[in-house]
Amino acid sequence: MKVALFITCFNDLLYPDVGTAVVEVLNRLGHEVVFPEAQTCCGQIHFNTGYRDECVPLVRRFDRAFGEFDAIVTPSASCATMVRHHHATVAAHSGDPGLAASVAEVSPRVYELSELLVDVLGVTDVGAAFPHRVTFHPTCHSLRLLQIGDRPRRLLEAVRGLELVELPGSAECCGFGGTFAVKNADTSVAMGEDKIASVLGTGAEVLASADTSCLMHLGGLLSRRQSTVRVMHLAEILASTAATS
Amino acid sequence: MSGAPGVREPQPSFRGTPPFPEAARLALADDQLRRNLRRATTTIRTKRSRAVAERPDWEALRLSGAAIKDDVIVRLAELLEQLEANVTAAGGVVHWARDAAEANAIVVDLVRAAGATEVVKVKSMTTQEIELNEALAQAGIDAWETDLAELIVQLGHDLPSHILVPAIHRNRTEIREIFRTEMGAAGRPAPADLTDEPRDLAEAARLHLREKFLRAKVAVSGANFAIAETGTVMVVESEGNGRMCLTLPETLITVMGIEKLLPAWRDLEVFLQLLPRSSTAERMNPYTSMWTGVTPGDGPQAFHLVLLDNGRTDVLRDEVGRQALRCIKCSACLNVCPVYERTGGRAYGSPYPGPIGAILTPQLRGISRHPVDEQTASLPYASSLCGACFEVCPVRIDIPEVLIHLRTQVVRQHGWRARTFGEEAVAMRALSTTFASPGRLDGAERLAGLGGQVVGRKGRIGRLPLPGLLGAWFKRRDLPAPARTSFRRWWRTRSRSDGGS
Repeated sequence: MKVALFITCFNDLLYPDVGTAVVEVLNRLGHEVVFPEAQTCCGQIHFNTGYRDECVPLVRRFDRAFGEFDAIVTPSASCATMVRHHHATVAAHSGDPGLAASVAEVSPRVYELSELLVDVLGVTDVGAAFPHRVTFHPTCHSLRLLQIGDRPRRLLEAVRGLELVELPGSAECCGFGGTFAVKNADTSVAMGEDKIASVLGTGAEVLASADTSCLMHLGGLLSRRQSTVRVMHLAEILASTAATS
Repeated sequence: MSGAPGVREPQPSFRGTPPFPEAARLALADDQLRRNLRRATTTIRTKRSRAVAERPDWEALRLSGAAIKDDVIVRLAELLEQLEANVTAAGGVVHWARDAAEANAIVVDLVRAAGATEVVKVKSMTTQEIELNEALAQAGIDAWETDLAELIVQLGHDLPSHILVPAIHRNRTEIREIFRTEMGAAGRPAPADLTDEPRDLAEAARLHLREKFLRAKVAVSGANFAIAETGTVMVVESEGNGRMCLTLPETLITVMGIEKLLPAWRDLEVFLQLLPRSSTAERMNPYTSMWTGVTPGDGPQAFHLVLLDNGRTDVLRDEVGRQALRCIKCSACLNVCPVYERTGGRAYGSPYPGPIGAILTPQLRGISRHPVDEQTASLPYASSLCGACFEVCPVRIDIPEVLIHLRTQVVRQHGWRARTFGEEAVAMRALSTTFASPGRLDGAERLAGLGGQVVGRKGRIGRLPLPGLLGAWFKRRDLPAPARTSFRRWWRTRSRSDGGS
């Protein structure tokens, strides 16, 4: 099928490899990926920080960019949450019934990557190989808002050679929280340090997640302490094959 | 009795607490506090999930709890009048207080009229909210807290840090020291050979308090629930001190927030399952006291019910924010909150700490109507929006939703200067402008990519001595260098080489 990729502003600039990995996985499974170039940002930063007015044009732009597609995939559980749960709130705030109608049309067609693979495309084995010890941080938005449950885990379990190790206290927040990470930097770091201690305790080589935002925070802490543990998005692992790893 | 009448020590107050990030920084530096909090919150968290898992109809109970409270919110005026009529018919006296000052004045007058210079108190969030103890002290009246943890906090000239376990920040060695040095000034001293064994500490508190229970002519309580249909008021507790306060003195004064109502007696079926399991992880709390007005020859012969507004009717007007008034003060949200677990309750600068405090305090302080002080404005941001609080809330308060809603009010209420020149507002506007056009975003990404090549090493940016919010990131964390080729660029190049597919 034809799938539109919503890369997210964050991945576009900081983690473009996550985007290429999504393209790689979907192409491998025989699906066509398109990238609507009119896309920019879902507005999550503004919405969550209290700048709702500034968010309205971003929601409008999102719907314009993606309105024509039946399936929209994003490698970000938190941006998927923003579109599916909060775009309607922004539309209501704008007072524009046209925007509310287009949000109601477009936002249910947005899928986080593991939802698209497991629910829409019906696959758990994407033909990946990644012979490494991996632990998975499920992220708050995936768990409690999108409720994607064990979908990422099922995808990872089907990867050849991958050893998945349980992350203790995995459901607890890593402390990123968008602008929380800078507005309450000390608390954010304290939460992150505890998460890092759990990660290091697993002996994993790779910390994976469905959100690069959490990984930017945790990876930033790991990198500062010169840890050898790498952070990788779920898509990057799923894109790996015997030839690449 | 302590000191001469009319000369009372100043009571500790939450006033003067710095904004949350600063208060949190101070709390984070306290290793003892963090260890205590972690141990206590993880224990009760586990116990709560076990207690809740026993009820197959838990979700239905939550939905009922939310629905009943929403009904109360909608019919509040009518139900309050019904409550007043029924309390009055049963021999009680109802007083209406618009704010803290009015409520405190009513209580002071009632204590004086009873000819008392001291009161015993059973834990009450509402009297902490109005700082009743301070008002009583100013009137020369001693207020003795009788819950064990509240006693520890009071004797330690301290502030509570948890709704249910107010002395969570103290360990037993500290408690022994507080008892040994402070009990004598407040009444019966602690035994000279007091150890830090929990049994000994409890016995010292029991003896100290017994003297006060038997002597007191007036008690002050809060209320967990009040039933409009019957005029019954209710307190649930674990230590039996509440039962003492509610039955022994001649006069009982109950200060209750107007949202504490339930329409009918049968509603207790829902709330007496939701509250103990969410709060202490028990199937039922040890002491449940209910009284309807006065009963001749049995218990207090004078009962006064002070109904407190103190900002609540303003909260009612806010369609999103008012769900906070469903709160039954169980503290489940505190125990699962990763922020609270690390900062403790006092960082929130209010008797209502944790996630519920972050949405309740700013609303009670009028955030929807006028600009608030910096500390209050910092509270809606004291959350990573992880959603753990909503998941456990027995009355389904969508705390993250209200937090985000209150953030919009903070942004709106900020002064013109902050909105125009504030670092955050400028950044938000710049981002908004950038995101308004893919071309502009592409340009910004190219610039960032170039910048990343300059300051980045091996694909990451290390310590950068930047001021403000950006600097806050780099203090303890690196950042991946912005990619030289953004995804957008990569896609365009690829499409071109594919023949523009």
